[in-house]
Amino acid sequence: MIGGHLPALQVVVPLLAAPLMLLVRRGIFAWLLAVAVSWTALAIALALAFTVRESGPISYAIGNWPPPWGIEYRVDALNSFVLVLVSLVAAIVAPYARASVAAELPRDQHYLFFTMYSLCLAGLLGITITGDAFNLFVFLEISSLSTYVLIALGRNRRALLAAYQYLVLGTIGATFYIIGVGLLYLMTGTLNLADLAQRLREVHEIRPVLAALAFITAGVGLKLALFPLHFWLPNAYTYAPSAITAFLAASATKVSVYVLLRFYFLVFGVPLVFGRLAMAEVLIALSVIAVVSASLVAVFQRDLKRMFAYSSVAQIGYVTLGMGLANQAGLTGAVVHLFNHGLTKGAIFLLLGGVALRVGATGLQRVAGLGRTMPLTSFGIVLGGMSLIGIPGTAGFISKWHLVLGAIEHGYWSLVALIVASSLIALAYVWRFVETAYFRVPESSAATRNEAPASMLIPAWIMVGGCVYFGIDTGYVLDGARHAVEFLLGGVR
Amino acid sequence: MSLAGHYSYWVTIFLMVAGLYIVIARGNLVKKLIGLGIFQTSVYLLYIAPGKLIGGTAPILAASFSTYSNPLPHVLILTAIVVGVATLALGLAIVVRIREAYDSIEEDEILDMDSVGEEGG
Repeated sequence: MIGGHLPALQVVVPLLAAPLMLLVRRGIFAWLLAVAVSWTALAIALALAFTVRESGPISYAIGNWPPPWGIEYRVDALNSFVLVLVSLVAAIVAPYARASVAAELPRDQHYLFFTMYSLCLAGLLGITITGDAFNLFVFLEISSLSTYVLIALGRNRRALLAAYQYLVLGTIGATFYIIGVGLLYLMTGTLNLADLAQRLREVHEIRPVLAALAFITAGVGLKLALFPLHFWLPNAYTYAPSAITAFLAASATKVSVYVLLRFYFLVFGVPLVFGRLAMAEVLIALSVIAVVSASLVAVFQRDLKRMFAYSSVAQIGYVTLGMGLANQAGLTGAVVHLFNHGLTKGAIFLLLGGVALRVGATGLQRVAGLGRTMPLTSFGIVLGGMSLIGIPGTAGFISKWHLVLGAIEHGYWSLVALIVASSLIALAYVWRFVETAYFRVPESSAATRNEAPASMLIPAWIMVGGCVYFGIDTGYVLDGARHAVEFLLGGVR
Repeated sequence: MSLAGHYSYWVTIFLMVAGLYIVIARGNLVKKLIGLGIFQTSVYLLYIAPGKLIGGTAPILAASFSTYSNPLPHVLILTAIVVGVATLALGLAIVVRIREAYDSIEEDEILDMDSVGEEGG
């Protein structure tokens, strides 16, 4: 009975939890509920993923209005993969958040934090699961608005400006998206994504469709921090509360990438996007600039959170690079990298939250000698850093390997060289951390062991463990990604 | 179709570009939000104007009517208006907090204050 409603429950559970937390106004209750909700979401996402694997895509008609008239929730090989990623990250960050939030936020704001956290989770899951273009916009705004609030909760007053700038850019991005959807609606009279794909084949006046493609690319590009549109990201990540930086870095941009993938491959279709327009070249060019320039900028940062925020811009570049390659290997690389980078960055930012708690800051000179005072934390960051570089045996290697394969398939040898070269730049910024943490003497002479509390270390290390585990046993993730990519490439001809 | 026939699109595009220009060109945080509001409003028009047919009625089946206007854009834009209001409210709330923290709502002044001590905590 309830099994048939899992697609709706995936979104409804966190959505209903939020007002409940607001009404009860107790920090501890809100936290417990947030943990329960995110674990339930993970269980539902896994159940949905297994069902999809066994018996194909699930279509759920909200309110029993049959699609394409009503809103359809559609779970398939691609978005079930993203659902698992988002809810997994949420399920790991939620238990972690308690100690971190207790240290960073005043007591009376705790329940508000978890309210926003649940809303953000509901929004991200909603974006992923919905099969309706306008419903997607609504969820995009639910997740974005709660994100702005969460960023503004940061301790430093710069968090306010970061939230404001993200609000302005994010709203412009969402509005661009909705303009694109409006144009598509004018041309086809439908908002259901699958139905849109069908009807777009029959549209002869192609110019509005191309305009829609441009608007949606720019709008979603802003959200996923595609290279020239990434300016909001470093500040937002740097000044947000630690738990939120980890959550956003691991999930929010990934969901936006998913939206772009869906529109390119399953709505507009490969012939239009990559045949008629030179989107492949544009995406590859922007991605390469992102990867190289953002990595270089990361090398010269003096704050660890900011350094890894710039590294995020670079890593998103790898994902869009795989998207631009648009072949089996490249896309597999992109989808796997969504997952792997989510885990890696999540792990690093969770550990940095511990650093912020014990050291009080994440400035590079403040963490001198961290290898001695916080050995587990430093070692975790080093392992995460190795995954960012793409050293064999870590998750990052698997995705880069597929990207390289995809580039070779096209015969882009210079691109292969650039991927390798950019890994060396990543090595440079990770080395700056290693050097400071292990080869410098702590600032104060009283360098006692002062590790982060277990409630923060354990979730962080689960993610670090994931980075290593999925680098060695690639079965599950690679399998899921392969199914997703087959689905993407088989979608629309 | 003549230029005049696309009249509603001209208004839409004008509002869109004007709103975006205000967001980019103004340094005052409240004015930026006003620009953002105008930009969002243009989208309401983009959806609603094409849904109206001259002489069309609400889509209720009756013998005396044959042309109907599309009601769906109205419903969509009702949602979009709610989103717009929420965004504006949150934006203004953040501006209030910014003013409390910096005692200014001019972007360049705030950036100047922040560039003094580069490294954040």
